[in-house]
Amino acid sequence: MTVVTSGEDLAKKIAEAIPGSVISSDKTSVMVDAAKLAQVAEFLKNTPGLDFNYLNFATAVDYIDYFELVYRLLSMEHNHSLVLKTRCYDRENPTVPSIVSLWRGAYFQEREMFDMFGIKFEGHPDLRRLLTWEGFKGYPLRRDYL
Amino acid sequence: MEIVRPEVNTPQEADAVEGASINQLIAESTSAIPDPDRWIDEVLDRNVFLTTADTIVAWGRQRSIFPMLFATACCGMEVISMSVSRFDLSRFGMDVVRFSPRQADVMIIAGTITWKMALATRMIYDQMAEPKWVVAMGACAISGGTFRESYSVTPGVNRIMPVDVYIPGCPPKPEAVIFGITRLHAKIIKGTMDNPMLSKH
Repeated sequence: MTVVTSGEDLAKKIAEAIPGSVISSDKTSVMVDAAKLAQVAEFLKNTPGLDFNYLNFATAVDYIDYFELVYRLLSMEHNHSLVLKTRCYDRENPTVPSIVSLWRGAYFQEREMFDMFGIKFEGHPDLRRLLTWEGFKGYPLRRDYL
Repeated sequence: MEIVRPEVNTPQEADAVEGASINQLIAESTSAIPDPDRWIDEVLDRNVFLTTADTIVAWGRQRSIFPMLFATACCGMEVISMSVSRFDLSRFGMDVVRFSPRQADVMIIAGTITWKMALATRMIYDQMAEPKWVVAMGACAISGGTFRESYSVTPGVNRIMPVDVYIPGCPPKPEAVIFGITRLHAKIIKGTMDNPMLSKH
């Protein structure tokens, strides 16, 4: 059975490796600074003992004041999982580092997030609309759409 | 609708071309296309000499319709259930389900049609050979259903093509679809020669 990693324990490890990256943590998730997301993701993927080598899903939530991005990571090797979160406070031009170079599975998920929320992913190889069409006005899953 | 195939070299260009044609389709599809219902109260007086031949042709057509399944949502399950042994669509000569529009006579639109899909739907409709009929099945195909006010769903498939028979339900039971098919039969047997679509050929 997949073991849910304690977010509090993992937050300590992340904070040791990348100082100032962890904002908060609880039993199941770790909240990190959006600017250091790429570093944290690389740390989680490539550190022996953690080896989060599989991305279950990546999604975003609009809380009006900020966008919260949720990544669920899984380690095939150790069979444990983690919820990694980050927040993006800029509503006009939200920008977050892309993690496609680490997990290829994020390719379409980030395109969908761009399509639905207008979040731009820096370093994404081909950021285009996915579900709606080119020329579509607005971002439909934002709370202030319509 | 003319099918335009512009030169595209990159996915970005293809996206831009597709987006432009979808926006054009939305701009053009502001009101419903009237249903082809001249047949309903059509007096046969004018065609009195043609009725015998007409009836035979229509009878033949009515008994061997090749449906084209266009299942985009849950209504597709009901169409599948209707076409297999329990409800048995073969009784109406419709057991040859075609997945090529060129071999099909009736297009059963079973499910929600989004604007992005509308382009493909319209293209498939244009590819079907005359005479052709369209059955809009379920609330989404009829009016957009729950998604009518949505940003991406067509408010009724009759915005993009003329519809002959509407089958309400969410989804309609197989019995309801069979009733709709019998209504379509009634429509086919009434109008061939006075069909405006046919007279030009």
